[in-house]
Amino acid sequence: MIRLERRSEPNRLFAGITPVLAVVATMIAGGAMFAALGADPFVTIRTIFWDPLFSEQFASYSRPQLLVKAGPLILIAIGLSLGFRAGVWNIGAEGQYIMGAIAGAAVALAAYPLEAVWIFPAMILAGAIGGWAWAMIPAILRTRFNTNEILVSLLLVYVAEQVLASASTSWLRNPEGAGFPGSRNLAQYPSAANNEIIAGTGMHWGVAAAFIAVIAAYVLLSRHILGFNIRLAGQAPRAARFAGVSPNRLVLICFGASGALAGLAGLYEVAGPARQISIDFNVGYGFTAIIVAFLGRLHPVGILFAGLLMGLTYIGGELAQIMLGLPAAAIQSFQGMLLFFLLAGDVFTNFRVRFGGRVAA
Amino acid sequence: MKLKSMIAGAMIAAVAGFSAYADGHEPTKVAFVYVGPKDDGGWSQQHHAMATEMAEHFGDAVEFSYLDAVPEAESERVFTQLALAGNDIIFGTSFGYMDPMLAAAARFPDVKFEHATGYKTSDNMSNYGARFYEGRAIMGHIAGRMTETNKIGYIASFPVPEVLRGMSSAYVHAKKANPDVEMTVVWLNTWFDPPKEADATQAMIDQGIDVVLAHTDSIAPLQTIQASGQRVFGFGQAADMIQFAPAPRLSSIIDNWAPYYIARVQAVKDGTWESAATWHGIEEEMVGIGAFSEALPEDVRAEAQALMESIVSGEYHPFTGPLNKQDGSAWLADGEVANVGDLLGMGFVVEGLDVEIPN
Amino acid sequence: MTDLAAINPTLLVFALIVASTPILLAALGELVVERSGVLNLGVEGMMIVGAICGFAAAYESQSPLLGFAAAALGGAALSLIFAFLTQFLLSNQVATGLALTLFGLGLAAMLGQNYSGEAVPATPRLNLGPISDIPFVGRVVFGHDWVVYFSLLMAALVWAFFKYTRPGLILRAVGENHDAAHALGYPVVAIRVAAIAFGGAMAGLGGAYISLVRVPTWTEGMTAGAGWIALAIVVFGAWRSGRVVLGAYLFGGVTILQLNLQAAGVAMSPELLSASPYLITIAVLVVISADRSRAALNAPAALGRTFHASS
Repeated sequence: MIRLERRSEPNRLFAGITPVLAVVATMIAGGAMFAALGADPFVTIRTIFWDPLFSEQFASYSRPQLLVKAGPLILIAIGLSLGFRAGVWNIGAEGQYIMGAIAGAAVALAAYPLEAVWIFPAMILAGAIGGWAWAMIPAILRTRFNTNEILVSLLLVYVAEQVLASASTSWLRNPEGAGFPGSRNLAQYPSAANNEIIAGTGMHWGVAAAFIAVIAAYVLLSRHILGFNIRLAGQAPRAARFAGVSPNRLVLICFGASGALAGLAGLYEVAGPARQISIDFNVGYGFTAIIVAFLGRLHPVGILFAGLLMGLTYIGGELAQIMLGLPAAAIQSFQGMLLFFLLAGDVFTNFRVRFGGRVAA
Repeated sequence: MKLKSMIAGAMIAAVAGFSAYADGHEPTKVAFVYVGPKDDGGWSQQHHAMATEMAEHFGDAVEFSYLDAVPEAESERVFTQLALAGNDIIFGTSFGYMDPMLAAAARFPDVKFEHATGYKTSDNMSNYGARFYEGRAIMGHIAGRMTETNKIGYIASFPVPEVLRGMSSAYVHAKKANPDVEMTVVWLNTWFDPPKEADATQAMIDQGIDVVLAHTDSIAPLQTIQASGQRVFGFGQAADMIQFAPAPRLSSIIDNWAPYYIARVQAVKDGTWESAATWHGIEEEMVGIGAFSEALPEDVRAEAQALMESIVSGEYHPFTGPLNKQDGSAWLADGEVANVGDLLGMGFVVEGLDVEIPN
Repeated sequence: MTDLAAINPTLLVFALIVASTPILLAALGELVVERSGVLNLGVEGMMIVGAICGFAAAYESQSPLLGFAAAALGGAALSLIFAFLTQFLLSNQVATGLALTLFGLGLAAMLGQNYSGEAVPATPRLNLGPISDIPFVGRVVFGHDWVVYFSLLMAALVWAFFKYTRPGLILRAVGENHDAAHALGYPVVAIRVAAIAFGGAMAGLGGAYISLVRVPTWTEGMTAGAGWIALAIVVFGAWRSGRVVLGAYLFGGVTILQLNLQAAGVAMSPELLSASPYLITIAVLVVISADRSRAALNAPAALGRTFHASS
């Protein structure tokens, strides 16, 4: 009989090894799926995991793109992880991402065509405030009216999508866009463009912000009393209350932080890679980031790696579609498999596997 | 299994790509990028069907690949990677791909880019679109003639020029055919949500609307009409949807991109490709009109046929004055024909249509 | 030309019931899952897999009934992946559920490659002759297909299960305090796996109602977010089946009403109308939950927490 025994401390060795094993297991299972679809499993796996990083043909472009793709995921996931640790459930980062983008873009479009150094910082501020404000709705409804924050934050995503549609077709629409939906192209507005900090690296301001967020979250959680309170509230809510941690204050802080970071991610995206506000601007970063947060075990460094890995499967998945003609659906299933294996792998980190009879507890 | 053979085909094509042809000609590499899933039952599926037709036309002389469900905000990377993969010509079939494609095109001057339903071009990027409003005129006429309740409905996605143009054209011709007709517009604010399209159609039927024109692409409206069992009609949209003939489908507007795709790829092969802005209609067969149903009375069929012929011959333009804008201001004087610029960027609807349009 | 009189209440109520049924089925399943202390965010994935399994089976067999059976099996089968990962390998439920949605959407699209554009036989509506001709009641109460009645029957059964049966009580106990339930000798993991499978089957049925009745066809992504709404409705319904029915009908009702208002020529911002089902659901929930005396937090105490026997 196989039994699991909880480790008193997560095993660091397994914490490092299991993700690797999970990736290998995914390669095997995914390879089998690709083979069933008639594709060469080895070529497919190489295309997804190796080519974006090392192929001569693509790597010089796709390697930087990895950062571009991972940046917003990491930024949002860092914010969410604070709340998830404290038992505060913000499922609506997608909506906060949209509102941050709209708020930031609105500042730029109001200033257009003025060129000034204050514009980009003002956009960043507006983006953070936009996301923060949207997150405050479920937070305040929670603290004032006891309304379930999962439901409100999730439903507000759909409301934000309607605000986005409205912005794209009317109040932020490009007046010189021949009546078509979508705002001006912010990438062509020098004062507002979120350009690469060092050309050719993919390192735009949003990616830089993601790295800063990782470090800040690390320091917060390991060195700061607030970080301690957040962890305490998640692990032992009663003890936290005795220690004087106000649950309402934590809800406001966690929602505020995650909303602001999601808003920032939206702003950097709209002023950079996405270029403009459009009806279909949001592509699900807010939801994928939830997975990234847990994949990274809610730890800042883990989130960094999880975000990069997710980014790699997106970029590599696209390459597999381009080079091998695999359908997008197969890539999506493959990503799902990878997540299953990675999540399943945690068991070895947190538990010891024992074979044999029952030991008296 | 279709998928399997398809991938196998792609693999064979990929292998073929490495070996030069006997006459020294490499196959032309053609890539398509769709905004929706290629099985969306509408816009993207039709583009894919037409692209496949193009690929079959050329056979071994073309290496065809595609990516579906590519979000607009992510498309620049996809276009770039397709160019890096050695494609000679890349088609992007969503309006929102315009600026991303323009940026990618600037980086790969030797690769040809083709953008559907936009308005920008560059040295190596063309745009193409179809005058679907010509088809809508015919559908509008049929709707006006076939309604008994004098209430017709238009299911709309977003207030963008293509949709405003379409509903205006349908309305003008329904009204010409039947001065008592009223047209109701229901906005879904989504490009794709079959259950919502079905609900909207049902709401229309429930309120006595007996001809439904849809500017969303799924077959949900026709299915809902058929299931209602009532005397209500609709039209095929994007594809012929002939399975709903003779009723409720009375005719259809078919997105017939294949001739254009074949011509453009041929131009690349011949080295004659040039950047252009193309806006073709029924005459050039980019807009296909599906067979008129037997459910139509003889005279209505004849009128629809005549209307189509007059549009094809250029003798009649669906937007011919006198026409006012919704707010009552003058748009086209008597006999005046709408200019292309006005139509492409149409941010209004014609007088008589009662809809909320954002400014 | 606004003509509100054109809105026929009978047809409106009829349409809202049809529109709400997929959400209701999935939400009832998720209710049982969450009552057992498990949060499965993979409802959308299970619904879409149910939609394609149901469609494919109905197409191959030409029997909608078999289609629904296959949908329930398909949804349940997918949910067992979630059950295995979260109950045996103790993975995080939130992340595993989201991964399940991702996987389900991809899987359904692959399974559906050959079914695009095909048609299935219709699921007939109840016809009780003269009774069906009674105004309002005939249509609204006696005019539906069997799945609608099934969904309401399931709501009643779920209610009775928790209220009157011992297994229902045990399931709730597991959801409230799995350690105590375990100490009392109840098989926590087995109960939860059963609940998860039930949730998967119900989500599958909900998906099949979309692909076999609402829009009898297969298109990728056709559930269009219904699974997320089902999740929200469970919370809205405070984990009680009666209120879940109300929540589903409220959401479906506002959706149908806004379309009918548009069809009646009411000139309002389409964005506001499209957002109205979400806004009204939130508003109603705020009003309900603001009453703190009644708002005994109904959420199962162990919701989303990992159970491990020896801890």
